[in-house]
Amino acid sequence: MNRFEWSAPTTVAEAASSATTTMADAMAGAADAALVKAGGVDVLDLMKENLVAPRRLVNLKGITGLDGVDADRDGGIRIGAMARLATLAEHPLLRGVYAALGAAAAQAGSPQLRNLATIGGNILQRPHCWYFRSPNFACRRKGGIHCFALAGENQYHAIFDNDLCAIVHPSSLATALVALDASVELTDAQGRIRRLALESFFLAPEKDVTRENDLRSGEILTTICLPALPETARSVYVKQGEKAAFDWPLADIAVRLDLAPNGSCEGAAIVLGAAAPVPYRVRAAEALLVGGVITTAKAIAASQTAMAEVRPLAKNAYKLPIFAALLRRAIMSAASIVSAPIALD
Amino acid sequence: MASSSTRGEKFPFGIVDATLGSVERDIPADEPPSLPVNAALAVIGHRVPRLDARAKVTGAAHFTVDIKLPGMLFARVLRSPHAHARVLAVDVAAAVRHPGVKAIHLVTERGGKELQTVRFVGAPIAAVAATTRSAADEAAALIKVDYQVLPFVTDIDEARQPYAPPVLEFAAEQPPGGARPANVWGPSKGPFASVGRGDVARGFAEAEVTVEGEFRTQVQTHCCLEPHAVVADWGADRLTVYISTQNLIGVRDELADNFGLERDKVRVVSEFTGGGFGSKNEAGDYGAIAVELSRKAGAPVALIYDRREEQIAAGNRPGTWQRLRIGARRDGTLTALSVLAHGTAGTETNAGVGNIAQGLYACANFAITEYDVMTNAGPGCAMRAPGNVQGAFALEQTIDALAERLGLDPIALRDRIDPNPARREERRIGAARSGWPARHAPGAESGPLKRGLGMAQSFWPGIVDTSGACEVRIARDGAVEIRSGVQDIGTGTRTILAQVVAEELGLNAEDILVRIGDTDFPPGLGSGGSKMTGSITPAARDAAYKAVRALCGVVGAKCGIAAEALIVKAGRIFAPTSNASGLAFRDAAALLDDEIRVVSGRPADYDGFRVTREGGGMAKSDLGGVQFAAVAVDSETGIVRVERVVAVHDCGRPINPMQVENQVHGGILMGISYALLENRIMDRGSGEMLNADLEYYKLVGAADIPEIDVVLLENYHGRSSTDACGIAEPATVATAAAIANAVYNAIGVRLRSLPMNPATVLAGLGRIPGWEWRS
Repeated sequence: MNRFEWSAPTTVAEAASSATTTMADAMAGAADAALVKAGGVDVLDLMKENLVAPRRLVNLKGITGLDGVDADRDGGIRIGAMARLATLAEHPLLRGVYAALGAAAAQAGSPQLRNLATIGGNILQRPHCWYFRSPNFACRRKGGIHCFALAGENQYHAIFDNDLCAIVHPSSLATALVALDASVELTDAQGRIRRLALESFFLAPEKDVTRENDLRSGEILTTICLPALPETARSVYVKQGEKAAFDWPLADIAVRLDLAPNGSCEGAAIVLGAAAPVPYRVRAAEALLVGGVITTAKAIAASQTAMAEVRPLAKNAYKLPIFAALLRRAIMSAASIVSAPIALD
Repeated sequence: MASSSTRGEKFPFGIVDATLGSVERDIPADEPPSLPVNAALAVIGHRVPRLDARAKVTGAAHFTVDIKLPGMLFARVLRSPHAHARVLAVDVAAAVRHPGVKAIHLVTERGGKELQTVRFVGAPIAAVAATTRSAADEAAALIKVDYQVLPFVTDIDEARQPYAPPVLEFAAEQPPGGARPANVWGPSKGPFASVGRGDVARGFAEAEVTVEGEFRTQVQTHCCLEPHAVVADWGADRLTVYISTQNLIGVRDELADNFGLERDKVRVVSEFTGGGFGSKNEAGDYGAIAVELSRKAGAPVALIYDRREEQIAAGNRPGTWQRLRIGARRDGTLTALSVLAHGTAGTETNAGVGNIAQGLYACANFAITEYDVMTNAGPGCAMRAPGNVQGAFALEQTIDALAERLGLDPIALRDRIDPNPARREERRIGAARSGWPARHAPGAESGPLKRGLGMAQSFWPGIVDTSGACEVRIARDGAVEIRSGVQDIGTGTRTILAQVVAEELGLNAEDILVRIGDTDFPPGLGSGGSKMTGSITPAARDAAYKAVRALCGVVGAKCGIAAEALIVKAGRIFAPTSNASGLAFRDAAALLDDEIRVVSGRPADYDGFRVTREGGGMAKSDLGGVQFAAVAVDSETGIVRVERVVAVHDCGRPINPMQVENQVHGGILMGISYALLENRIMDRGSGEMLNADLEYYKLVGAADIPEIDVVLLENYHGRSSTDACGIAEPATVATAAAIANAVYNAIGVRLRSLPMNPATVLAGLGRIPGWEWRS
């Protein structure tokens, strides 16, 4: 690991003028990189692996007021980017309609990591593809010309939109946040705030294969905003790792249903994580759920429809049945359908 | 033990609460008297908390990674980025100019020649010692190596093909009459290979039922908590080496021989060792590198592997492909058993499947052919029950398949073909505790979550090493000290030595100071083969017994009592025949003119060894062990959860049941991890291990651990003065096989490859779209 300068600003403006490089630019070789450090989980990993060698780290921990979780005037929730996963996992506001986010935070990493990791860092962490994380592979995401996973070891890789680069998006909180229609606020040194929907903040490889999001240099991710949602809405998050804890998901899924008092579904969001280079929203499957009461048959149909565009690689087709089963279970759980065991095909 | 005279002595024999009786043995006249069963003892057989537990959990215990010496330098090894390459030139000029660098060493091959070819990603090429860790890292990066890159192969199936690039320039000796692919070596002979018997062709002809199957096991890496670590200090008078090792004396001899030093000019120390499962048996290239750097720099040098080095260069359990065939009569009698195995230990040999197929069941006709397949991958080495874990996965599934074909319960079949009385009792106990009678037919549950129960057996020989010794000292202030050059790698050797000596001296284990982990003490032996407890405790008891007799001699002479009339018990020395209360142990010791010091060794087993090798032998019993696993398989996601394990084991006389249970727990966790998760993943394009970490190299965590029910038999053999045996390896042999049999019972599909992760399970269930045409 290289030597670096430590900067400890106390305001966002100071931090934004001090941390002038995004991690993606730094890893692409930007000189004299000055990087933001939030919880430090990912930046430390990347530095120890010699994947990035910043000149300066700008610690956000000294800035007060960046870690709040508060109800806003419009009935939504504002979450400071420095809020820790352990805080979110137990936060009373993240229940009911927002339960998917609390559950995603509770199942990420390990207790030690959740005590350090922040929601902002979780969203902005770089992918965990083993080719990307090894300094010995100059892959497309690091400015090279190959995706080594496509013809290599791809058992943990993307099953959708994997033509250029087969990473899966690393943030499991993002799976829940996209299902909750979250947006992000990006603040620059002049205090200007750029606000955009999280879904459009994330970049597919076709747009820019070297970065996962639209964070620009000189911007600090300061706030994650959850919109007001109908009282009758509910959300669930399910994750399946190989291990029961402290493992990346093979598949994770967030489902949000807006259910009228009569049980009729008036709106739905379905997002698949660990499936594609970005959190993968499947609107065709959502449409099948809207209108009328959700039934087991509809849940099965939606889970099959969600898989329509699937493009498995040589070693990850096993993820298809996992996603299909998990999605059906998540929909039924969100709709509170308790049924006899499903007869298998 | 040199005494030629013998005496007859009666020993407990058999299993307590089952078959316990006694046996008369002729033993050397100066051996201690026979011990009764554990229930009649004061310290042995009791659940004594480990003496070093507090030091370990408070951080007071110093491991090799904690050693700090004045002027100590830090080493970094430069490793090959290529899976196969000729090293044309190594330019260290820039590294030499680095201000922190004190020594540079080019790694040499055996025989002192400079390294000419590297054969796996991670092979060491050069090393630097520098004043700080970061200076060492920087300097290593300044070394320029000129490589001629050569073709390579990392996959066992590809390596077996005739067109595969040869891993070694020289091919193995070929059998007469035909060439084999260059990377296929064998059939294995040597000390670890199994031996055939009878005529399998005739045996299969006599069979009324034949079952067969092909099995695959993955490469499992060593993941010791403490990495491989060494601090070498080449001093003016002698070489001192602190090293995280399983084998202090072996490291001493290896380094003395390799560096041309007298053995007493090398001192090797490991007061605490943070785990060892076979990869810490030797000084290895890391030990040699640290010593060489220290010699050149004239300062102590610390070399501590990082986790990536642990994964790629510190050894592993070889992967295997096996084909088993078993023939039997309708009553279950085995008529023939044949094994064909290909294993890969990377650039090493000894990738066989152990002796479990040879030894577990009665079968007159047995044949085994094992080949080592060379691959450009990190070298394999011994790993907790080498071969037998892989062998058990195949054998115990095939035995279960045979039982099903015969319409027999798997336990009933084993009752017919397993001659070991301990395992018979273990099956009976395990069946009762696991709910075996209520076990359903394979795949009988209709819901998506399918539960199953399976069992499998362990096989491991009782190995004894007679080269170790133990000293007992009784000081005039009553302090008792044990000295032995053995090491405690976490198994509890320190504590059992104290228990054995305390029993003999009428004291508590906590009263004894145990000094081990240093080759300056009487010679120890390696912690490998599950032989430590059975080998060193008789030496400790013998020394303690003789020390007590010496103490009684002095006390008797000074008090006018015949020494033979005196005994020590409960902290006092007295004559049971008299009413006098005798002396407190400390007061008795005060009568000594000189400290008592007795050094004893380990004699041969009382009725001789079954097999004798240099430095030791193999006991006449095999260590038993039967494990039952209850699993839940989510047939939609392919996730297997182990819900409960019942493990019934025997290890002769258990010296400390709590520590034995602790070993069994560890063996089961390692077995579950191997069965479900662990897998070295190699990139075929580069030869790189892609999961050289603990992030994608997945180990069981707390949330994956089932309820574990350990039942420990006391199984007396009357073979030594403690009659103890080891447990570490038998504890892990059966686990993966039991889980596989349980998975079959759950889903009705037999999984023949490891790990049984969602990809394997869903493929087995035929649930992966397109999987059939892809395979």
